[in-house]
This record gives sequence, structure tokens and C-alpha cells, in this order.
Amino acid sequence: MTVSQIDEEVAKLLELKAQLGGDDGKQTFVLKTAKGTRDYNPKQMAIREKVFNTIVSCFKRHGAETIDTPVFELKETLTGKYGEDSKLIYDLKDQGGELLSLRYDLTVPFARYLAMNKITNIKRYHIAKVYRRDNPAMTRGRYREFYQCDFDIAGQYDPMIPDAECLKIVYEILSELDLGDFHIKVNDRRILDGMFAVCGVPDEKFRTICSTVDKLDKMLWEDVKNEMVKEKGLTEEAADQIGEYVSMQGGMDLAERLLHDPKLSQSKQACAGLTDMKQLFSYLQLFQITDKLSAEKVRTTETQVLVASAQKNLLEERLRLTAELWNAGIKAELLYKKNPKLLTQLQHCEETGIPLVAILGEQELKDGVVKVRNVATREEVRKASQKRGWGNVCSAVEKIL
Amino acid sequence: MSAYQLLVTVQVIDEEVAKLLELKAQLGGDDGKQTFVLKTAKGTRDYNPKQMAIREKVFNTIVSCFKRHGAETIDTPVFELKETLTGKYGEDSKLIYDLKDQGGELLSLRYDLTVPFARYLAMNKITNIKRYHIAKVYRRDNPAMTRGRYREFYQCDFDIAGQYDPMIPDAECLKIVYEILSELDLGDFHIKVNDRRILDGMFAVCGVPDEKFRTICSTVDKLDKMLWEDVKNEMVKEKGLTEEAADQIGEYVSMQGGMDLAERLLHDPKLSQSKQACAGLTDMKQLFSYLQLFQITDKVVFDLSLARGLDYYTGVIYEAVLCQTLQAPTPAPAEQNGAVSGEEGGVSVGSVAGGGRYDGLVGMFDPKGRKVPCVGVSIGIERIFSIMEQKAELSAEKVRTTETQVLVASAQKNLLEERLRLTAELWNAGIKAELLYKKNPKLLTQLQHCEETGIPLVAILGEQELKDGVVKVRNVATREEVRKASQKRGWGNVCSAVEKIL
Repeated sequence: MTVSQIDEEVAKLLELKAQLGGDDGKQTFVLKTAKGTRDYNPKQMAIREKVFNTIVSCFKRHGAETIDTPVFELKETLTGKYGEDSKLIYDLKDQGGELLSLRYDLTVPFARYLAMNKITNIKRYHIAKVYRRDNPAMTRGRYREFYQCDFDIAGQYDPMIPDAECLKIVYEILSELDLGDFHIKVNDRRILDGMFAVCGVPDEKFRTICSTVDKLDKMLWEDVKNEMVKEKGLTEEAADQIGEYVSMQGGMDLAERLLHDPKLSQSKQACAGLTDMKQLFSYLQLFQITDKLSAEKVRTTETQVLVASAQKNLLEERLRLTAELWNAGIKAELLYKKNPKLLTQLQHCEETGIPLVAILGEQELKDGVVKVRNVATREEVRKASQKRGWGNVCSAVEKIL
Repeated sequence: MSAYQLLVTVQVIDEEVAKLLELKAQLGGDDGKQTFVLKTAKGTRDYNPKQMAIREKVFNTIVSCFKRHGAETIDTPVFELKETLTGKYGEDSKLIYDLKDQGGELLSLRYDLTVPFARYLAMNKITNIKRYHIAKVYRRDNPAMTRGRYREFYQCDFDIAGQYDPMIPDAECLKIVYEILSELDLGDFHIKVNDRRILDGMFAVCGVPDEKFRTICSTVDKLDKMLWEDVKNEMVKEKGLTEEAADQIGEYVSMQGGMDLAERLLHDPKLSQSKQACAGLTDMKQLFSYLQLFQITDKVVFDLSLARGLDYYTGVIYEAVLCQTLQAPTPAPAEQNGAVSGEEGGVSVGSVAGGGRYDGLVGMFDPKGRKVPCVGVSIGIERIFSIMEQKAELSAEKVRTTETQVLVASAQKNLLEERLRLTAELWNAGIKAELLYKKNPKLLTQLQHCEETGIPLVAILGEQELKDGVVKVRNVATREEVRKASQKRGWGNVCSAVEKIL
């Protein structure tokens, strides 16, 4: 059937329905809300108000303004923006005026607002209900009318600073709402595309392979690989290569490593994404939120301090200090190398999540001090005096922890 | 066709339609033509940040008042089953927005907040509640935009449902209107009160036939817009009253007063013949005695010409009007709460709130017809927004759209890292702060941003100052240095310094 034939059929059926009295105006006692919608009782409203207050305070703290748009838009405004999901849009009846539809999200109205008002720069939040005609399985908690709470920064700026602020905001909100532990995963479209390219995925399959990879949070790798190979036509080899990359997680260190990955570094896109990822992480460190951003990986050790050396021939001092720390009940480690590079030692901290590093250096030891640094921020937290023995260093570390 | 057969057929149709629409979507029936239409739907508008800032202040004042009086709040969906709204709005039903039949339930956008409230009460078998509800409602009338009528607009309702001793909740509603209008600082206002029973009693003793009560009522309602001669004309020529009846009505509706008027009318030879009218007048006296105790009688008038349009009022009715409107280039929007509109041309009394007692509505929703008496008020929030917006424009004071307290700025290049650190510390301390998204912004640009958006303080990071371990905090407007905060022991000090200033 063609589209116009379908329209005709539908119109006939609806006409018939109306005649059968689908619309009979009879006064019935209807005591229900529409399918997929619900009232909020006063208890729910009280909870909702608290949540909104926390979220809005955060947005305001970051200097955002707010706007509001109508609940319905001209049908044309929403047409062609949602792909397959378009069938989920609520239309208003043609009552002889403009054709209207209920808004499906807050992003398209935002774009319309910017264009209509010729706005090039704005930091705005918008909290409002949106409408989708999907089939709500009520136990899954999906409704047809539900709130969206959007925050967006529009405008041309120096790279990654606004991006970092968005993450800072998510961090603040989730922390303040006291929902328990959380983590934020970050990636970059350019890195993904670059990865697909170097793994041999044909350009036209990028988006579809991307949605398969997206299922990794719900499906096991074997099943995801299966879908890529059997349904989407990738070679097993390509799938395996993708498999290696998508198992990687980390922080800035991972971005650094991948920039030197022989295969991935061949992709200009990926390099651009990775460079920006490093920049992003540097800002996130300054914003002090990298603790929730790096590995999803749970720490497998509880080490609190790594005892490191900045130059060669300091193994003896390292061993002494580490022993003192252990004696003081502090969880400490050192690398099993006589002359490890400082960078290697720091990387070890990052990979395993050790928060502090006590760095022994030639000059500092002559001056009788030991520098204790926060690994994530790289800030020097303390200069502990070593003159009267390592005991002082221990107390200093204890105070920090 | 039996009811069962009917049901099955409708279901079958719904299924068929759903299948066809699915197929259409697959065929790309939405033709995917990408246009970007740069307008909102007729009768609707966006709210820009300035308008939102004003709106937020108004809502805060109103909600504080409701909360002060112990009200809770609820929310309901934007659309109801079409059946829920059917038969509740009389002639106005043609103004309801329907949703397209897409193969499911027939839906309509809510027309007001009162019918959803009645449904909510009946559905949850609630007999007592004091609730407020602020939300948008939808009416397909023909908005003359110069008159500022919108098709999507806010309503702000407060209602007390439940069987109580007479007039106490009614008095509280009036006290709330008084408080809100006073706090919003809209200038002088007064609240007209009347009672449906007094009106009906008056019509009866003036010889109006029962079946013409409602229609004569809506004609009398036009007195705030039309002159008496024209109203009388409509009653006689269009609605078929005798001139005598019209004149008698004319005498009554010119009366205004306080408790004294109610007392006088109780002894009016004609009116006292109506039991209804006497009941209404007795309650009116009671109401005024409570209003005296609430100390609000200075602004309340018992006015016999008040005849609010909505059919469902059964007792006391009231309407608040501003005594003066601002002389503005565009007339302020008409009241959209009931049928009352008091806004035309230059001589205007703006109606900003209205309501009354409606004891029969909830019973219409209850299968057993159980009644839940209600009294409430709807605040004309759109009208108020418009007035506040005009005020803001006329005043020299700038309306801020953000609440940022400090901008973290750098005086030289390469200080982004320090700016990011300090800003994060300020956020962590709960202080509202911003920074420009530029690695090396010019100081002047940063100060200009403060001036444009009204940020009162700027924390300036400078190379030399950082070496000395200080951060200068300046008042943007006066350019005075307010503080030199020590940074030596970390940014925490700077945060405390800023907190002290604020």
C-alpha cells in the first residue's frame, strides 16, 4: 500500500468508529487518567519539589537561565527530526486550523527557539513534560507523559571547557541528590568512528555498528559480537578488533596510551577525539570530579600511598619509608624495581587508584623533606619533615587520609 | 448492535488503524521533508529568560502564600479522556483542543484545572483537601493578540474541598486573594462578592422565568464591560424580559456595600420573599463578620452586579479587580479564568482573580453522586505577568536572568587552570559562580559580561597577585576592591571571603 492509500483507509475506519459512537458525548463516570499518564498526589509533589529545587539550584549556581516553550508545536517543526520514533508523536486533531503535535523532547523546541530569536550564545535549562505514544509497560515505569530536565550550552567557545562544566553539573546533581554511588562514562563520537574505521568497518555501517556496540550495557560481548557478524555483516576479525578496544576503560592515561596505539593513531578523527579527551580530563581534574569519571573498574586494592622515588638509587629510602608506613598501619606499596621511572610509578597509581604518592627526591632528602602529592590533582598536599625520622612522614600522611 | 458487539467492533477498528499507521511509518509516511518553521503555534508563545525570571518571582510569592495557609499541591496530566471533559463546559466545549484519533483512547487537552480536580477527588475518594495547582490550560478561542489572549496559558487555582461550617473556608479564600494581591504590589485593588442564591432570588422576585435565569445571569455579567442601557437592551430585546423586570433588576444591581447592605436587603420587602436570597444574605453577613476578623474588609465590596459566567457556582462568588492599570502602549491581557473579562481600551478595571463556591461538581463524577462541597479561587496569572513585565520595562531596574554571584576572571593570559580551580571551589561551597569559556579572555570582556548580566562581584586572578598569594575581589558596579583574599592555604579562604561579602 502507498502512504496515501493508507491515509484513506485510516480515515474511513475512524469515520466508522465515530459513527459507531466512539464519540457519543454520553455522560459516563470516567474515573481514570489517560493511558500512560498519572496524577501526582501531594506526597509525590513534595518529593518532586525537593528534587527540582536541588537540580535548579545547581543550574543556577552555574549561571544558567531558563526558558519555556509551548506544549505543542507546529507539526512541521517536529517533522523529520526523530527518524523512526516519529510514529510515537501525539498529533492534535485537525480542527480546521494549523496542524499541531505535542512536543516529543525539549531539544527540537530549543533549536527552534535559538533560530527564531537569532541567538548564538546561551546557557539554559528547561524542565518540562514531553509526550510519547509508546507502549508503556507500567511496571517498567515508562509513561507517555513524563518530565525532561535539560541543560545545554550553545555557542562557539574554546574547546572542552563547556563540555567539562556539563559533567561537573551532572556530578554535583547526582552527589547532592544522595542516590548512592555513581559513575559517569565518557567517550567521543570521533574516537568511535576512528576505531570503526581502523578495524575495517565500512563507512556506511558506522551508525548501525554503533547501535550494536551500544547494547554492551545490556548484553554480553559474545551476543554483541554475534549481532555484528551475523546480522550486520562484519568480518569476525573486525569484530574481534572492536572487541579489544571496547573493553578498555581508564582516565587520561588511557587517552594518552591510545594516542600512541599503532592502529588507532592512524585515524585523524580518533586522534582529534583523543586529544580533546585528554584536555577534557585535565579540566575535570581541576574541577575535582575525576574520581567518578575514570574506570568503571572497582579498585581491587586498598593501597593508600605509593612510595616513589624521583631519581635513581633511592631504593633503600623507599623501603625504609614503606616499612614505617606499614608499621603505622597505613596501606602502602612500592614498585619492585630498583630504579623505576617516576612516570611509571605515577601511572601505577592511576591504574590502580592509589590516591597519594610520597615522592623521595635527592634534593628533598638533603633538605630533610618528603613531598606527598594527590595523584589525581597532582597537587602537592604536604611537605613532611623527615629530619627526625620517618615517623613524621607517617603522621603527615595519616592526617591527609 | 449490542453493547458487546459495539465494543468489539471499536476494538477491531483501533487495531486495524494501529497496524496501518505502523505501515505508514515504515514507508516513511512522514516524508521526512526537513523544514525549519520558525514560529510557535497560533495563540502560544515562548517565555524568554527575562519573562521566566519575572514569572518565577510571581509564582514564589503566590506559592508562599498558599503554603502559609497549609495547602498541598497536586498535578494532573495535560490531557484527559475526552469523556471526562464532555458535558462540563456548556457552550465553551467547542473551544476544547482534541487530540487526533491515532487508534487509541480519545483525548482532549485540559480546559481548566477544576474538572481535573473534581475527577481527582472522585477517583481517589477524597472528601477533604486544601490544594493548589498551577499549570497551563488550553482553549481554542480566537486570540486577538493585541488583547493578549492566548490559547495556552497558566491557571493558578486554590480550592478547599469538604463539608465544613459555613463561610469559614470561603473567608479564607478571600484572605488569600487579599494577601497575594498585596504582596505582588500591583497597586490598589478591591474584591467584589455576591452570591448565586441572592442573584437567583433577585431574578425570581423581579419576575424572570426560571428557565431564563442562566441566560439573564450572563447578560448581567456584562455590566463590567457594557453600560446599563445596553445591558437592559439585551435583556429586553434579545432575551425577552419585560421592561419592568429589567428595571427592577437595574435597581438591585446598582447596589454596593458591606455587611450593612446585606442587613438592609434582608429587610427588603421584595427580596426577603425569596428563601434562596435570604439564605444567601444571611451567609453574606456571616462572611463579612469573618472578613472583619481577618482584617480585610477595607478592600471587599458586596456588589449585586457581580454575576460570574460559569454555570457550576452554587453559593458565594467573587472577583478581584485592580483599581488602576498602568498606562501602557499595549493593553494588558483579558482575564481568562471564567467568562469575565474587564479589559477594553483605556478605561479599564483589570480582573486579576475570581472564584466561588461550587458544591455540585464533584458529585457529577461520582458514580453514587456523592457530593463534595468546594470553594476556590483562580488567580489571573497571565494578567499579572503582563503587568509585572510592563512594570519591569518602565522601571530603571534591570531584571536579571541568572543568579550568579561571582565571576572568576583572569587579568593576564594562561590563567585558565587557576580560574577553573577557583570556580570549582566556589561551586563546591555552594556559591553561584561563572567563568568565561575562553582560555585567555580579556579582562575588559569579562567585566563587560558582569555588567551585562548583573553579576555583582568579580574575583580577579592576576600573575603578581598569585605569586603574592592573594586574589582580589571587586564590586563590579563601583569597581571598588572589596577584599584581598589570601590564597596561600588553598582556595578555601577565597570562598569564605566571598561568602562574607555576599
